[in-house]
Amino acid sequence: MMLSIKQQPFRAAVLVLVWGWLLFLVLAPNMLVVGASVMTRDPSTFIALPLNLDAYRQLFNPLYLEVFLHSLYMAVMTTLICLLIGYPFAWALSHVEKRRQMLLIFLLIVPFWTNSLVRTYALKLILATNGLLNSALMSLGVIEEPAQLLYTEGAVVVGLVYLLLPFMILPLYSVFEDLRQDVLLASHDLGAGRFATFTNVIIPLTLPGVLAGVMLVLLPAMGLFFVPDILGGSRNLLVGNVIKNQFLDARNWPFGAAASIVLTFTMALLMFAHRLSKRRLGEEGA
Amino acid sequence: MKQTLLFLSNLSKQFGGKTVLDSLDLEIYDGEFITLLGPSGCGKTTLLRMMAGFDLPDHGIVTLSGVDITQTPPEQRPLNTVFQNYALFPHMSVFDNVAYGLKMEKRPKAEIRDRVDEALAMVQLEDFAKRKPHQLSGGQQQRVAIARAVVKRPKMLLLDEPLSALDYKLRRTMQVELKRLQRELGITFVFVTHDQEEALSMSDRIVVLKDGRVQQLGTPREVYERPANVFTARFVGQTNFFPGRVTRIEGDRISVDVFGLNRELSKPPFRIAMNQSLHVLLRPEDIRVLAPDDTDGVAGKIVERNYKGSTLDSVIELEDGIQVMASEFFDEDDPAFDYSIGERVRVSWVDGWEWLLAEESDEPLTDEEELAADDAEH
Repeated sequence: MMLSIKQQPFRAAVLVLVWGWLLFLVLAPNMLVVGASVMTRDPSTFIALPLNLDAYRQLFNPLYLEVFLHSLYMAVMTTLICLLIGYPFAWALSHVEKRRQMLLIFLLIVPFWTNSLVRTYALKLILATNGLLNSALMSLGVIEEPAQLLYTEGAVVVGLVYLLLPFMILPLYSVFEDLRQDVLLASHDLGAGRFATFTNVIIPLTLPGVLAGVMLVLLPAMGLFFVPDILGGSRNLLVGNVIKNQFLDARNWPFGAAASIVLTFTMALLMFAHRLSKRRLGEEGA
Repeated sequence: MKQTLLFLSNLSKQFGGKTVLDSLDLEIYDGEFITLLGPSGCGKTTLLRMMAGFDLPDHGIVTLSGVDITQTPPEQRPLNTVFQNYALFPHMSVFDNVAYGLKMEKRPKAEIRDRVDEALAMVQLEDFAKRKPHQLSGGQQQRVAIARAVVKRPKMLLLDEPLSALDYKLRRTMQVELKRLQRELGITFVFVTHDQEEALSMSDRIVVLKDGRVQQLGTPREVYERPANVFTARFVGQTNFFPGRVTRIEGDRISVDVFGLNRELSKPPFRIAMNQSLHVLLRPEDIRVLAPDDTDGVAGKIVERNYKGSTLDSVIELEDGIQVMASEFFDEDDPAFDYSIGERVRVSWVDGWEWLLAEESDEPLTDEEELAADDAEH
C-alpha cells in the first residue's frame, strides 16, 4: 500500500534531495555543455549564436584526430596494464584469509588520502633523470648513464596506471568474491582442466567486473590532464589536455564542449556493454 | 555376486588439527544406492569430496574398479557430482550446462545434441533447454544438475545433500525421481544426507557416520531394527532406552529384568555376564499402551498426546520418572483407544521386539550430538 507524502516526510525529503541533486548538478551542467558545443566561438562572451556543428567538424581535423588516437592508445595501454596486474591481484586478494583481506583493501585505499597531484609529483621525483630510479639502477650497475624516463609516453602510462590501478582492482575483487567455489569444482568435475575452467567459467563470470574496471580506468585515463602535464612533456597529450586547453588557453568553448561530449558518449557505450554482460548472468531484472 | 566398484581403505583426513576422517574403510558395490548418513561434521561430505577428488586424504587409498585413483584430479575421474546448491553455470543456458561435460570430452556436435536432449528428456526438462538457470525454479535447477552429471554416463554419481534446499513436498517427489533414475541408469549412487528418513526410504545400504568413523553399515532395515550402538539407535529414528539387568543366562537364551518385568530374550552378540546392566531398546511403534487394570506392563500416566493422522503418538511417564514414547495405529474397534493427559495407563511392548545394546563408556549423548540429531529431524 502506498502511503501519501504527508505520512512519509522522510521518504519525500530523500526523493526531493536525490532528484534535485541529479537535476541541478548532473543534468543541468551536461545540458549546458551540450548547448555550448553547438554554439559559435566568441572572443568576448566565450560562446554566442548562431547554432552550428562546427565544433564537431573540427574534431575530425587530422591534428586533433591524432591527439585523440594517441590519447586513446595511451588509455588503452593503461587499461590493459591495470587489467593484467589487477586481475591476478584481485584473484589473490579474494583467496587470502578474511581478516588480512580487510587490511590489504585498506592499504589499497590509503593512497587516496593524498592528493593525486602530489602523488604524481612524487612519481616525477622517482622518474627524473637524476631521480631515485636512475640512481638506484646506476648504483646497481644495471645502466651506466641515466635513462630518459621522464617526459615519455611510458612515464604518462606509468603515472596513469599508478593512479588508476585501485579502480580496476576493486570491481574485480568484488566479482571474485562472488565467484562460487562449487561452480569451479563442478567444472573440474565435468572434465575441465584448469585452463578450460578459466576460459569457460572464470572469465565469463568475472566479465562484469572486468568491464566495470575498464569503465573506471579507460575514461579517466583519457581525461587526467595533469598527468601528461607533469610527466609527459608536450607530445604526449590526453583528450583531457585538449579539453582543458580549449577552455583555459585557446578559449574555444564550443570545441572543448564537443570533445568532452565525445568522451561522455564513449562512457555511455561502455556502460551499455556492462549492462548487457550483467543481464546475461541474470543479475539484473531477470 | 556383488562387485566392488569403489574401495576406500584406511582413509584419514585432518583439517586444522581436527580429525575429520579417522582410518575409515568402505566398500561400495557396483549398481547400489548407498547413503552416507550422519550429523553435520561427521565427515560425510569430506568423504564424498575425496571420492570426487576435490580433497585428497592425508593417508589411505581410493581405488575404482581396482585402479588406484587416490591422487587423480577430479577432471580425470569417471565420477560426477550433484552439488548441494546445484552449482549450475549461471552464464550458460540449460542446454550448454548439460553439454559442458561432453564438450570437454570433445565429442562430435551431433552426439552432444542427442545425448543432451536425451538427458533433458529423462528429467522432463526438454522444453527448458534455452532457459538460463536463474529462470528456473529450485526443483528444475536440481534436475538440470542431475542431467548435467548423468549425461557423461559416469560409473558413479555422487550426490551431496542434493535435496536439502527443496521444500518438503518437492523433496518427496525428487526422492522418488532419483530412485527411478538410479534404477533406469543402473549407475551407482552415493548419496549424502543428514535426513534419516530420506536415508531409510531411498537406500540399498546406509553408512552411519560419526566423528569420521563408520558407526554402522547395513540395509535400512538392519540399521533401524538392529542398531549397532547407542549413537545409531538415537540418530536413526526415535528410540526408548530402558534399563535392563541380566538375571539368567542359559545357552542362547537370557532373562532380562526391565522395570521389574521379566523378559526372555535371545542372547545378544556381545559378551554378557550375570547381573550386567544393558540397554533394552524399543521403538515407539513397539510400545503398547494398556488399560490401568491390565495385568501386564508397568504403571504410568499420559503426559503428552499428539494426533498424527494415521497414528496417535503419546508420551507416558513411569513412576520412576522415565518417559516412554509410544506410537500406535488407530484401532477403530477400540473405543478406549484415545487418552487424555494425566490418565493412568500401563505400558508394555510386543514380546520379542526388544533390541539389546551394551552400555557404552562415553554415554550419555553430549548436548552437541542431541542438537545434531534434532537438526536431522527437520
